[in-house]
Parts: sequence; C-alpha cells; structure tokens
Amino acid sequence: MKALSALLATLFALAIWQLIVTLTGLPRFILPGPALVAETWWANRALIAEHTWVTALEVVLGLAIGSTLGVATALHLASSPAARVLVQPILVFTQALPVFALAPILTLWLGFGLWSKVFMAVLIIYFPITSSFFDGLMRTPPGYLDLARTMQASPARILWHIRIPAALPSLASGLRLAGVYAPIGAVIGEWVGASRGLGYLMLLANGRAKTDLMFASLLTLGVFAVLLHVTVVWLTRRLLLEETTNSRNEISA
Amino acid sequence: MTDAPGVTLQGGASINGAPLFAPLVLSLNAGEWTCLLGGSGVGKSTLLRLISGLATGAKFDGSVTASDALPVADRVAYMAQDDLLLPWATVRQNVQLGSRLRGEDTDTGRLARILSQVGLTDHAGKKPGALSGGQRQRVALARTLMEDKPIILLDEPFSSLDAQTRSAMQELTVDVLRGQTVLIVTHDPAEAARLGQSIFVLRPAGVQRFPHPTSPIPRPIDDLQTLECQAALLKLLREGSP
Repeated sequence: MKALSALLATLFALAIWQLIVTLTGLPRFILPGPALVAETWWANRALIAEHTWVTALEVVLGLAIGSTLGVATALHLASSPAARVLVQPILVFTQALPVFALAPILTLWLGFGLWSKVFMAVLIIYFPITSSFFDGLMRTPPGYLDLARTMQASPARILWHIRIPAALPSLASGLRLAGVYAPIGAVIGEWVGASRGLGYLMLLANGRAKTDLMFASLLTLGVFAVLLHVTVVWLTRRLLLEETTNSRNEISA
Repeated sequence: MTDAPGVTLQGGASINGAPLFAPLVLSLNAGEWTCLLGGSGVGKSTLLRLISGLATGAKFDGSVTASDALPVADRVAYMAQDDLLLPWATVRQNVQLGSRLRGEDTDTGRLARILSQVGLTDHAGKKPGALSGGQRQRVALARTLMEDKPIILLDEPFSSLDAQTRSAMQELTVDVLRGQTVLIVTHDPAEAARLGQSIFVLRPAGVQRFPHPTSPIPRPIDDLQTLECQAALLKLLREGSP
C-alpha cells in the first residue's frame, strides 16, 4: 500500500513536470523534460555513480562520527553538572551560527578532499543528536529515580540501567533528523570547494548549461537521501526502539 | 534479614514557610502494619518520602529514628501507586532491578521463589506492556520483596486497581510481608480498616490515632467490626473536609 502510493506520487510528479515543459515550451537548458533527464542519466551513469559514491562516503562517515560525538557529549552533559554550566551555552551559541558560513574556512583548514565535507556533515548533525539525546536523558520519569535511590544505586548504574534506555526513543528521533541533515552538510561542503561528489557535479553541470545532467545528479541525490532516511529509520527501530517499546513483547519473550 | 525495627518520625514540615503538617509524632510498631489515612494534599506522601530519605520539596524540622538506633533510609523498600516498571525490561529483569542497580549477583533461587509466591512464574519473560494492571502491581510487589528490606513503605499501592483486584492484592501483600515493619499510606478507609494494626489519620492539625479492629490482618471484607471501623473512618475524614 505504501509502495503503491509512493509509485503513484512519483508518476504524478513526473506527469506534472512533463506538462509544465510541454505547456511553457521552455528551452531544454532552462528546464529539461523527464525523458531527456532519464536519457542523460543513463548515458552518464558511470560518472554519476562515481560521484555518488564519494558523496555517500562523506555522508556515512559524517553520520558515524557526528553520532558518536553527539552521544558522547550528551552523556557527559547529563552526568556532569559542571559540564552543563560550561558547555551547554557554548553549544547553543555555536548552533546559532549558520553552519554554511563555516564551509569556506573548513575547506581552508581541511583541504579540498573528503574530510572538509565529512566535517561539515558532522557539524550539521552534531547538535540535533546531542540535544535530543540530552533532553531524553534529563527527562527520566522521576519515579524511576526515586525507586533507584531507595535501592542505593550509584549514579553510573542509574545512567546505564534506567536513564539511557529511557532516553533511546529521543536519541532515535535525533538520529532520524541527522539522516536528513547529513547529505545537506556534505553537498554544501562540495559546493564550496571540491573536485568530486554530487554537489560538485551539479555545480559543474549548471555552469556549463548542462541542465539535464544537473537534474540527473539532483534526482540521484534525492533518491540517495530518501534511501538513507529509510535505512536510518529502519536501523534505529531495529537497534534502539525494539528494546525500549512495550508494544513489541513477542520479539524478546 | 534481621528483626525489623520500629520507626519513629517526629517533627513538622512546611513548604515556602506555609506549614504542610504541624509538628507530630508518627510511630510504626516493629513488624506490624501501620496505616496512615488522609485526604489529598495533607502531606501523606511527604511523610513517607521523609522516612525513605527521598527529596520532598518541603522543609522538614525533625528526625526519623529506628528503635535499634541504626539508620533508616537504607533499610527501606518502597512501592508506589505507579508500578514504576521499566517498560523495556522483562518481568524477571524488573524484579531483580535492585541487584542490577547495585551491581550484585541476583540470588536466582530466591527470585524464582518470589515469582512463584506472587504467581508470576509463567510471565517472567514478558514485558510489562503485556500484563494487566493487577499483574503489573504484583511485579512491583515482587520487586519490593526481592529487596529483602526490614522496613516497607507503600504509597497508595493499590489505588489504581479495580475493587476485586485490590482486595486480592491486599491479601497477597499481607501474606508475603510477614515480619516486616510496614507503613501503608492510603486515602481508602476500607483499606485502612482491613490492614491497619495501627491506624493514624493525618490532618493539617497533626496525626490522630484511631482505634483499629482487633482481629488479625488481612481482615475479611465482610467482618462487621472492620466495616464499622471503615464507616467511622470515613465519617471522621468527611468532618475534616469542608
């Protein structure tokens, strides 16, 4: 049912696209039709695949590093009041800076290669992951904490057995956001300075009025982002939520 | 477990300068059930939290002492109206929460005995979401028993259950908590009349000791003396409220 609705929506969007091209009679270097874009995509499939691979690697590395850093920061903030006083305002301030504005300096520091884009993705997902997991850790139901205190539990064990599992659904929503943001970070990094990646390819095609190739790259990026989102949702369900929901008892019973 | 001590709380509490309850003395007889009855907002739960050493948000002037002069707070097991079961953990893991939180090995023989005592052996691998309200409260009871503490504090533990489940839980709880010093906080006169070996009524002016039926607990639900006590308690509570 879900697959059918996705298919219908795709066909509908393609039909509207074709309709606009036919009705307006725009030249192909302004707005190419879906058939031409598909043809260009097929003709350039090796080129597009090569650049997709680069972007995908940047995104996945960025997600892995950003999530690890975010989780570590949230745990540290949640267990240390001193860290909350010192670090939290800094975090909020850095988040108020537009990350895009940092892209040129990152390229200057880290070069034109892979790492400036990875770092861009890390920067853009670090805050959503940190803040969602941290909020979850600070919102443990107070009754659990009272119970744990009457059981003479140490703060570290309360964190491990109660606060972290209770915060996993919040972490999962942070990770889902991160899955959406990470490709944006990588592509911005590629726009600022790169010689590989889908963002670079789009910029290159655009500059040479190869609008059909630009659209082919753009659609590839879109499909990649959707697949990434679906994968992240599936993974968080699989790894984090099944253990913490009470509606799926048959799995571990 | 060593012999359960008696516990005495004396003092008064206030919130932002406004008195919550006047200076009072509440003493729990060693190895007996004490019922503390009162309407909402008179500080019943605060009293219980003071004994268990939990934060209350009220300023307390006074002391909590045990008859054997040892500290009280670390010899307390606590059970609340909310069963406080961890939804991601199985029944068995919930029951052994205390030892998991202290990093101790669980006495598995004891765990199996307690699970069978409360009739949960067949449900040990399930998660709380798959259980009924009464079953969940039995898991909470098993977790309290597993703690093996001499002082048991029950904060309206049965008030979210329906009438027949509640009366069955009262009998089961009395049955498994023999020898411990128990304080049960409740707003239900019937519960106090059935379970109290001492009954106190808490009002803003202080606590008032109330005569309790003489028969052993849990008293039958159709025991005449118990029903009279229940009626008299309800009358007293209603006088106290406008």
